[in-house]
Amino acid sequence: MTTAILRQSTLPDPFRDGLGRGWKVIDASTLAADLTLEADVAIIGTGAGGGTAAEILANAGLNVVMIEEGPLQTSSDFHMREAEAYPQLYQESAARKTRDKAINILQGRCVGGSTTVNWTSSFRTPPRTLDFWASAYGLTGFSAADLVPWFDRMETRLNIAPWAVAPNENNDVLRRGAQALGIPANAIRRNVKGCWNIGYCGTGCPTNAKQSMLVTTIPEALQRGATLLTRTRAWTLEHRDGRVSALACVGLDARGTDPTARRVTIRAKTFIGAAGAIGTPALLLRSKAPDPNGITGKRTFLHPSLVSAALMPERVDGFAGAPQTIYSDHFLDSLPLDGPLGYKLEAPPLHPLLVATTLPSFGPEHARWMRELPNMQVVIALLRDGFNPASGGGSIGLQGDGTPVLDYPLNDFFWDGARRALLSMAEIQFAAGAKAVMPMHSSGVSYSTWRAAQAGIAALPLAPLAATVVSAHVMGGCPLGPDAKRASVDQTGRHHQLENLYVFDGSLFPTSIGANPQLSIYGITAKLASALALRLRPA
Amino acid sequence: MSRRTLLKTGVAGGAALLAAHWLYTRSTVQSVADTRFVALAPDARAIVAAIVPVLLDGALPTGGAAVAALDAVVIGVDVAIGGLPPAARKELDQLFSLLAFAPTRSLVAGVWSPWPEASPAAVADFLAQWRDSRLLLLRSAYAALHQLVMAAWYGNERAWPAIGYPGPPSLAIG
Repeated sequence: MTTAILRQSTLPDPFRDGLGRGWKVIDASTLAADLTLEADVAIIGTGAGGGTAAEILANAGLNVVMIEEGPLQTSSDFHMREAEAYPQLYQESAARKTRDKAINILQGRCVGGSTTVNWTSSFRTPPRTLDFWASAYGLTGFSAADLVPWFDRMETRLNIAPWAVAPNENNDVLRRGAQALGIPANAIRRNVKGCWNIGYCGTGCPTNAKQSMLVTTIPEALQRGATLLTRTRAWTLEHRDGRVSALACVGLDARGTDPTARRVTIRAKTFIGAAGAIGTPALLLRSKAPDPNGITGKRTFLHPSLVSAALMPERVDGFAGAPQTIYSDHFLDSLPLDGPLGYKLEAPPLHPLLVATTLPSFGPEHARWMRELPNMQVVIALLRDGFNPASGGGSIGLQGDGTPVLDYPLNDFFWDGARRALLSMAEIQFAAGAKAVMPMHSSGVSYSTWRAAQAGIAALPLAPLAATVVSAHVMGGCPLGPDAKRASVDQTGRHHQLENLYVFDGSLFPTSIGANPQLSIYGITAKLASALALRLRPA
Repeated sequence: MSRRTLLKTGVAGGAALLAAHWLYTRSTVQSVADTRFVALAPDARAIVAAIVPVLLDGALPTGGAAVAALDAVVIGVDVAIGGLPPAARKELDQLFSLLAFAPTRSLVAGVWSPWPEASPAAVADFLAQWRDSRLLLLRSAYAALHQLVMAAWYGNERAWPAIGYPGPPSLAIG
């Protein structure tokens, strides 16, 4: 394994330097005894919401403890190998699934959460989505204008800016195909600083260019004296008379999969749920948090996504270069928000493990497509769920061992959108010169002309686990809103029934976003956490 | 198939899985003697070893490197299962029990010989039938086997030369 040794990065690793300077990080898999900590604020989860909140509250002089289920892995550990990164950095080894296994969910589980492994796409919350929240859910203070200062602030903090480098060919095919059809496609802004354009955002950025929570807000909070617990699973909130008194956690083993006998208790004045839209509702459900209107863990959204692969005449090398840099909102903007499902078009990175597990069929046909990897191009369509009454999303339940599972039924309304999405992607790929297009579907059928694809996809039987459906965006389940009958938390993010519990993560959204959600989580958390900091600031 | 029938067969399928698992684990005592393995018991290893050459037909090397490649995939599947949470490991355990237990192997999977003797054609038929099954449960079982095996091979650098993947770039400066 000399190559692995050579790849042992000699680049700076500021996080390891910080540990050397005495940052307080405790790995619960190594604890010899149970542990109790006291804090002003306990933050459960270190992703986009938890990381943003940790920095703001620590900077306000509050004593912060962060609780993370996953391990601490930093740039020195990121070797750009899928087989290593997925088990280490993702929920359920990047194979988390909905209850019926029909949707595979990519979700981070490490310090920095999904921000450590996402593909850096940064969009402000679409104004149409915010308008809908105001009109349908009565939200005030969350208009596009209200959020401008918060987006500005987080864009500055995370260096979110236009990406001036030319897109890689995988993204450029999307741009050219859309252009040929007169469909607008634009460049995606990215949260990077000094990006090497190598294309391995999804296995942890080895150069610390990606401005994830791992390299920005969490180091800042630790520098301010915050404590970080890793491999520590927040299990239940102890509450009484409308207040939370403690958080009971279980230690996980070194693999990060199985609970150990170690218990960690956090006593705090304020608790923040930021474990993501599966983890936070699950924590509330396990804790039997008051939920008089049965809202917790309902209306969970995924941007369920369809996938279309093409073979191009020239090399694409979709494993190289910034993975996601071009998008088209044409099929969102041209449809009413609450009408038939619209979809955002983007491109994913094409590394061998992810491609091989997504390509249908097996044996020689699968092997043939894999041998074409350098010429393969892939488009994904992210469906905007949660706006039409027929798009009610999923619900979080607890398994026998208390861990969460998402039930997300796929109905005819969804399949209608899915079929249109497969058609749009194939048309764009052929318009860009594709020799063959294969919608990801268990039939393994592929087409060599747009005309054949049009007829074939129109007749394709679409059903769970026949058509491939994936997700990388989990949202909803603890919605924000003034009306306790329809929302879990008020417009400060405070739980409607538990006065010292807040939710600052993607669970807050009453619908899906209709765009990659990281910047929505950063901006809304910055607003809510800043207001909380003012209220909690030590006298 | 109506939703109601689907639900009923889904529930019945789930019950069959559990029953097979119960019967199978009561009727066999297995030791994971081979210390290379963390998750797969010997019978489950035999199942994986039987399906790998079919799922990866055309991808695995032939000749001298074949045995080592097959071994690497079986070990890769074992490592991958070992990295899953307990609830997922338990479901896979039930699946492998169903496939190992002769009555269900024959009736549900349609494989009439023990796995080490099953012909590639019989294994391919089984995989295709589950992939195209009307029962969601069987489609999900196929999807799990497909994902585990494809990940184990294509995550391994042995697979990369044949697919034109150069591997991760060097981070050497200058």
